[in-house]
Amino acid sequence: MANEGVNQGRRRFLTGTTVVVGGIGAAFAATPFIKSWQPSERAKNAGAPVLQDISKIEPGQKISVLWRGSPVWIVNRTKAMLDTLPGLDGRLRDPKSQVDQQPKYAQNETRSIKPEWLVMIGICTHLGCSPEYIPEIKPEPFDPEWKGGFFCPCHKSRYDISGRVFQGVPAPANMVVPPYKFVDDNHILIGVNPEDKA
Amino acid sequence: MANVFTSIGNWVNERAPGMMPVYRKHMTEYYAPKNFNFWYYFGVLAMVVLVNQILTGIFLTMFYKPGAATAFDSVEYIMRDVDWGWLIRYMHSTGASMFFIVVYLHMFRGLMYGSYKKPRELVWLLGMFIFLALMAEAFMGYVLPWGNMSFWGAKVIISLFGAVPLIGDTLVQWIMGDYNPADATLNRFFALHVIALPLVLLLLVVLHIFALHEVGSNNPDGVEIKKKKDPATGKPLDGIPFHPYYTVHDIVGVGFFLTICAFIIFYQPTVGGWFLENDNFIPANPLVTPPEIKPVWYFTPFYGILRVIPDKGLGISAMFASIVLLFLLPWLDRGAVKSIRYRGLGYKVALGLFALTFLLLGSIGAGLTAEWIPKIFGASADVTSIEMHFGWLLVLMYFGYFIFLFGYTAFGYEKTKPVPERVTGGGH
Repeated sequence: MANEGVNQGRRRFLTGTTVVVGGIGAAFAATPFIKSWQPSERAKNAGAPVLQDISKIEPGQKISVLWRGSPVWIVNRTKAMLDTLPGLDGRLRDPKSQVDQQPKYAQNETRSIKPEWLVMIGICTHLGCSPEYIPEIKPEPFDPEWKGGFFCPCHKSRYDISGRVFQGVPAPANMVVPPYKFVDDNHILIGVNPEDKA
Repeated sequence: MANVFTSIGNWVNERAPGMMPVYRKHMTEYYAPKNFNFWYYFGVLAMVVLVNQILTGIFLTMFYKPGAATAFDSVEYIMRDVDWGWLIRYMHSTGASMFFIVVYLHMFRGLMYGSYKKPRELVWLLGMFIFLALMAEAFMGYVLPWGNMSFWGAKVIISLFGAVPLIGDTLVQWIMGDYNPADATLNRFFALHVIALPLVLLLLVVLHIFALHEVGSNNPDGVEIKKKKDPATGKPLDGIPFHPYYTVHDIVGVGFFLTICAFIIFYQPTVGGWFLENDNFIPANPLVTPPEIKPVWYFTPFYGILRVIPDKGLGISAMFASIVLLFLLPWLDRGAVKSIRYRGLGYKVALGLFALTFLLLGSIGAGLTAEWIPKIFGASADVTSIEMHFGWLLVLMYFGYFIFLFGYTAFGYEKTKPVPERVTGGGH
């Protein structure tokens, strides 16, 4: 091949533009394959809001509802349980719930809309285990000053009765409060925000 | 008969004259050092296990049904109803663990004899990529039976990606294709496990061997056999043709290895919950976490690092760093001498401690240390705190190995012994 008289600048330009155009084409061609991994319409439908009757939940009782494949806990907290909350601030990692783990309307000490009703995704923020509900206020092997709350058996993370995480445990953040609203006094809809607070 | 084979051979050679030279290069004229010892069996054993995994895997896919509703039952169907299905599955599940045993020993051999050092850095890097692909392959394979540990293990491992800044949560949903490990997750893991990753693994294995055959094998003395060649033939004086010498030699090792595998498959297929965890004989249940989520034994050293660091982002970073540093070994180790036989005392001690640290991190990751502590320190011992502090020491020792290795070799602290001109031993 004769290489004399080759315009190197033009050759580089043509090579460059071909690579750029080809690269853009490849990126567009890759998009459908990457997008195919997104949750499908069916999965999104299955993740639709869940209505739960709460009239039969006794004070102190916890129930578990499945929403988007995750256990959502609804706890009817007693006055004694709520009274433990203010005294714990010094031992908690994020007592004021400043990390974005709850909707704005649940960013308070009880981490709820109504103080007695705790609605929370029952999954440890460390590595996704499901903590145990240990409501009794008595010394426990894992914490001699236990005031009731949630204890994760996987890596020993501890949360108070509002799902606020203690200091010195592997879990980095408070447990997640899902969006929910009270349809009426006896029904909670999990998965949607209240109309006035969206 | 011989004539028929010869004429077929000639017929092929006339039409594809490039094939015999490839065969000669990699088999009959590949000169391997004559002093290979016990540690040099594990490469070929890894190949044997790979073939076993592919063969048994193909047959398992004939009966397995990917899908959250069908997977667990189809595995039980294989175990109970398919003729010899139990054997095929146990060969596959035992093969997975044996794969890691031989690969870990193969890697340790590389550390002992400095096989990662120049000119074999590329061989080491390709080997590390094989290790990564193997970990992904094993993890996804473990999810397929859709037992409870499959589900929760998948959840824990995928949630690691949630620590990526900004896009973490989206990334986790993208990997799972749902809001939790679900049917979509299982189905795509199946595709990756049986098609995508095996192709990647095979390609990497071929490249690993080709890269090795370019530079030639290292040996227990760390002597380059290519430096001493027979002037008449140009062949290395200390080398012997891979075929037939090492092929025959390796058959003995393979036979011994398969005997051990057969014992496990026939008498102890779960190895007391170590090869197949007890919680995986329960169907997946998103509402019930197993009392203790722990990975299969081969991931426990890395999981141990994650477990003892009480900060999610830092723990995950440390776990990834522990693997990245292995990639960098050829450049961290500045020592001129390859083999541990002629290296300084400091190196011998450090490598021994490194291996011990790796095993002890594994014992933390597997939850063994938590059982030992009350026995050693009494029932009132604060298990969490003792385990955490012990874990920190081990993490420091793990990373300390790489720091020590660099300092020890780069600044001339290592006092080595003279390396012989020719390899020692090897009565082939």
